[in-house]
Amino acid sequence: MSAWRAGPGTWALRVFCGLAFLFLMAPILIIIPLSFNAEPYFTFTRGMLTLDPDAYSLRWYEQVLLGERWRSAALNTLIVGVSATLLATTLGTVAAMGLSSPAMPWRRTITALLISPMIVPVIIAAAGMFFFYSSLNLTQTYTGLILSHAALGAPFVVITVTAAMAGFNSELLLAAASLGAGPVRTFFKVQLPILSPSVISGAVFAFAFSLDEVVVVLFMAGMEQRTISREMWAGIREDISPAILAVATLLILIAVLLLLALELLQRRSDGGRP
Amino acid sequence: MMGKSRTQALLLSLPLIAFIGITFVAPLGSMVLRSFYDPLVAEILPKTVAALGEWDGGALPPEGVYALLAEELRQARADRTIGRLATRLNRQTPGLRSVVSGTGRRLARQGEPPWAEALPRMNKAWGDLEVWRALAQAGRRVTPTYYLNALDLRMDADSGVVQQPEAKRVYRALFVKTIGVALVITLLCLGIGYPLAWFIAHSPPRRGQRLLVLVLVPLGVSLWVCTTSWIVLLQQQGVLNNLLIWAGVVADDQRLTLMHNMTGTFVAMVHMLLPFMVLSLYSVMRGIPPVQMQAASSLGAKWPRAFRRVYLPQSMPGVGAGCLLVFILSMGYYIIPALVGGQSGQLTSNFIAYHMQASLNWGLAAALGSILFVAVLLLFLLYDRVLGLDRMRLGS
Repeated sequence: MSAWRAGPGTWALRVFCGLAFLFLMAPILIIIPLSFNAEPYFTFTRGMLTLDPDAYSLRWYEQVLLGERWRSAALNTLIVGVSATLLATTLGTVAAMGLSSPAMPWRRTITALLISPMIVPVIIAAAGMFFFYSSLNLTQTYTGLILSHAALGAPFVVITVTAAMAGFNSELLLAAASLGAGPVRTFFKVQLPILSPSVISGAVFAFAFSLDEVVVVLFMAGMEQRTISREMWAGIREDISPAILAVATLLILIAVLLLLALELLQRRSDGGRP
Repeated sequence: MMGKSRTQALLLSLPLIAFIGITFVAPLGSMVLRSFYDPLVAEILPKTVAALGEWDGGALPPEGVYALLAEELRQARADRTIGRLATRLNRQTPGLRSVVSGTGRRLARQGEPPWAEALPRMNKAWGDLEVWRALAQAGRRVTPTYYLNALDLRMDADSGVVQQPEAKRVYRALFVKTIGVALVITLLCLGIGYPLAWFIAHSPPRRGQRLLVLVLVPLGVSLWVCTTSWIVLLQQQGVLNNLLIWAGVVADDQRLTLMHNMTGTFVAMVHMLLPFMVLSLYSVMRGIPPVQMQAASSLGAKWPRAFRRVYLPQSMPGVGAGCLLVFILSMGYYIIPALVGGQSGQLTSNFIAYHMQASLNWGLAAALGSILFVAVLLLFLLYDRVLGLDRMRLGS
């Protein structure tokens, strides 16, 4: 195995890959210490480099966690994200069950349609949504935002659940039917418990999408519906303050928690496969 | 039995099909519609437009048409719709804004028949055949104006297509730039991603898994984390510049401009898109048995030759998938160019947003959006043809 890898380029390859990993990771890691900066700068102060405790502070976290602006943004993100995720997950899971059935007609076309929201650039979707929803008076409402994010998040659920269904042992359904369970009972008692890890990971993807999304929010949301993403946008564009570093660090924390949750689910679903 | 399970499967998918249809496909349709259908002029000047529809355009229109226009312009001013009318007409024929709003102002104060004499007195443009032809053209609900504008063209008074004046030509160069940027990003991702994916795919399994997780980190953390971090790193008073000064590479008064230009867009977008490239390559490379390269070298092939003849051809599906995916994604990116790219780093999507939010030229935004939409759609059809969309996976 290593005979052909220990060729002339091995060390060069290692160094190159090390640099590539540095490129991928360093920008993300550098944010964390900088968010504890006591000064309103985006770079390391002399004090920070000499590890002077006075150069570090929690002032930006105080500003973010105690200020009205970020709290209402977090609330809006939760309202929109959770509602959109519930909607996308319910519709997406049920649709994926249909798509996985061997009897499904026009499967290719319908799959393409259902995952198309993930493929079309968000800027295009957002422009269309603005035109369409404003004719229904749904711009600047929570409903409009939730519907948009649900549509754009549903493909994540469809893809994860369809993938899990491919590994689903359909004899279990026959077994359930032979024991006298109806389709609804079979769904809740047999299919859903086995599929739940993939349903939840689809939901996590859909929520993460909504958490990050800003273009639809920019076009459709009013002042009342400003989300965390919208405030980050404003924070970077308009009044750039290290508070955005604190928010970014908190977002890293959320991402790590979500990834850990996904990892655990992955293990469970791998273990639960027949 | 078969028919029943077909219906059942379809019924299960139906709610989401209907939902996507209403919340996503219909909006896309309304955008495409807006790119060529514009009833504004016909709605504000209904009678004039109807009368102009029967006019042959050979000579100035008859008194009746002048009278209708005077009446409807007066009404539009009273309804406060004249501003939108003037803006719309000006987009088609530059200069008409002041003609329309000026005439509207004068009509509010004075004016009596015969209108065919009164209107040209108020603004001599109304004695100009070309202006009337432009008005007749703008009255059509189905209009090619926005697509023409999106391609730096416009229609002259004789319904001929002509180039926009030099100073207003923006969009053809913009499309070329968008494609160019997407190509460069794709090549950069391939250049960095190929060795990286190779390294990961042929590491011992446990280490490979861990390295793959590291690659996925930029995908996993929020877009905002990546964007913020590049701003922190790249700005003039930022970490990278300070590091270079400390290392003595650049002087304090010659700090490099690394963002609010193309450099910023490239760096940040490659960072965001590299994981997609590595994933596409990795999934193919993992299936190429290392034994083949060993066999090739034991038969006397030097490493470069063995690589070119044995490994590279087998990894091509991954190269194709990765390049196509990265190219498509980078064509539609908006946030990074908007925040890190500055003036010179703007791409098609940024101009769509500009016309949606600032200039409020929605027809043009829709036309630009439709062109980008068709381009992305064609590329994805290609992806589907060559590789199959059902191979798209999330994560592993």
